[in-house]
Amino acid sequence: MKAIITVVGRDTVGILAKVSAVCSDNNANIIDVTQSVLKDIFTMVMLVDISDLVSDFTDLQNALYALGDKIGMKIHVMHEDIFNSMHHI
Amino acid sequence: MLNTKDILETIRMIENENLDIRTITMGLSLLDCADSDIDRSCAKVYDKITKCAARLVPTGEEIERTYGIPIINKRISVTPIALLAAVSGGDPVKYALTLEKASQAVGVNFIGGYSALVHKGFAAGDKELIASIPEALASTEHVCSSVNIGSTKAGINMDAVKLMGETVKRAAELTKDNNCIGAAKLVVFCNAPEDNPFMAGAFHGIGEPDCVINVGVSGPGVVRAALAKNPDCDLTEVADIIKKTAFKITRMGQLVGTVASEKLGVPFGIVDLSLAPTPAVGDSVAHILEEMGLEICGTHGTTAALAMLNDAVKKGGVMASSHVGGLSGAFIPVSEDAGMIHAARTGDLSIEKLEAMTAVCSVGLDMIIIPGETSATTISAIIADEAAIGMVNSKTTAVRVIPAIGKKPGEELEFGGLLGSGPIMALHNDRSSEKFISRGGRIPAPMQSLKN
Repeated sequence: MKAIITVVGRDTVGILAKVSAVCSDNNANIIDVTQSVLKDIFTMVMLVDISDLVSDFTDLQNALYALGDKIGMKIHVMHEDIFNSMHHI
Repeated sequence: MLNTKDILETIRMIENENLDIRTITMGLSLLDCADSDIDRSCAKVYDKITKCAARLVPTGEEIERTYGIPIINKRISVTPIALLAAVSGGDPVKYALTLEKASQAVGVNFIGGYSALVHKGFAAGDKELIASIPEALASTEHVCSSVNIGSTKAGINMDAVKLMGETVKRAAELTKDNNCIGAAKLVVFCNAPEDNPFMAGAFHGIGEPDCVINVGVSGPGVVRAALAKNPDCDLTEVADIIKKTAFKITRMGQLVGTVASEKLGVPFGIVDLSLAPTPAVGDSVAHILEEMGLEICGTHGTTAALAMLNDAVKKGGVMASSHVGGLSGAFIPVSEDAGMIHAARTGDLSIEKLEAMTAVCSVGLDMIIIPGETSATTISAIIADEAAIGMVNSKTTAVRVIPAIGKKPGEELEFGGLLGSGPIMALHNDRSSEKFISRGGRIPAPMQSLKN
């Protein structure tokens, strides 16, 4: 099972590191990362494998949402199927 | 493989354009609850609903979290209660109170099915149920009621039309201290669908399985935003943009319905391909029509624009879903749509124009607040007009008008929540239809019914 993590907000130092640390704490394996910075706006999309989480998917979500609030970034954690069903036939 | 653009588009739709799943509705048959003793019957109804729907709300919330898509309502629709009342006799309001208690126990937003199907005539229990509707709606909060008074196959039962005019008025009178909310929970149908997940008209038809999950999608804001990005394209392209957007919206509904049905162990019924507005800014069907180039919803051209929108939504949605049903199309509930409310306030949107619009879209005269002094026979005549449009065009039409008791045109009612608010709309013709309505009888089924 895979999830997509998106992070959007003003670019600062260490965003990738902080998000990765939360993934690692929960044993979510990062499969792919893409990021861009356009006029100070940082956008990162991360594909993670959540099959072997040490916690519930909800715990991973809550940890990342809390991080988002702390560093002032908008973070979403969503099951990849919603994107697959919407954009692939 | 997913690309960043697609992922961010989905998130933008949800975050900024009010994309959501409007409802997961569990359809539940109560036929096996029928008992000749009304109290035993009610006890069985309560037990069945609380057993079958126990996990509906938590499952909906879990799906919301996992997929990051808001699911606004979790609802239940049940077998028309008139069928149970026919077996048990007694005061049907007892069933309404039971439904209310059960809906509170499982935490759903609405429960529909305090209904009777009388398009060809009254059977046992039907008249008793209809007579009890105003009291049932006044004494409950979550119970919704509907009555089917006509169909393309059966014609229009004008005796029922007369009764329903009186019932709508009485429902408003009994709740006049609460914004006449009773009438907002009562729908009078022609060609009512049996698998409709949307309230207030949802009920679980007798051809349906024991328990089923139906999903209603939404997303007027997404369609409007997609059109706003292409301000100068021609209408062929506009239709294409709507189709593509409707496809994406519906795919999400299909996913949520499939997952919900798996998690609950209940078969998946249908996706209702709907564009259902809310009073929130940016979630309006009227604003889509205005984005197409109308200065305001209700002006000349509105019917044509709505016809195209309605058709394109269906064409886009139908391939995205394995089973399509319910009402499927664009909704135009006045008090639930910010753009419609505005157009009604400025006087640009009239009931007469809305009636024309109902000939080309999904429902009918929906959530329209009319002067409280409107006579019951005039309400019946409005119902008859609307039913005739549905009957002849082989489509669902409905009337949900709210007589604002004690108020005059220009004043407003405030229902709150998804039901919204709106000004009282004037009826421009106050001449009597009484003789026509009091004739009773049936309007025969039209030639369109003879398809065999």
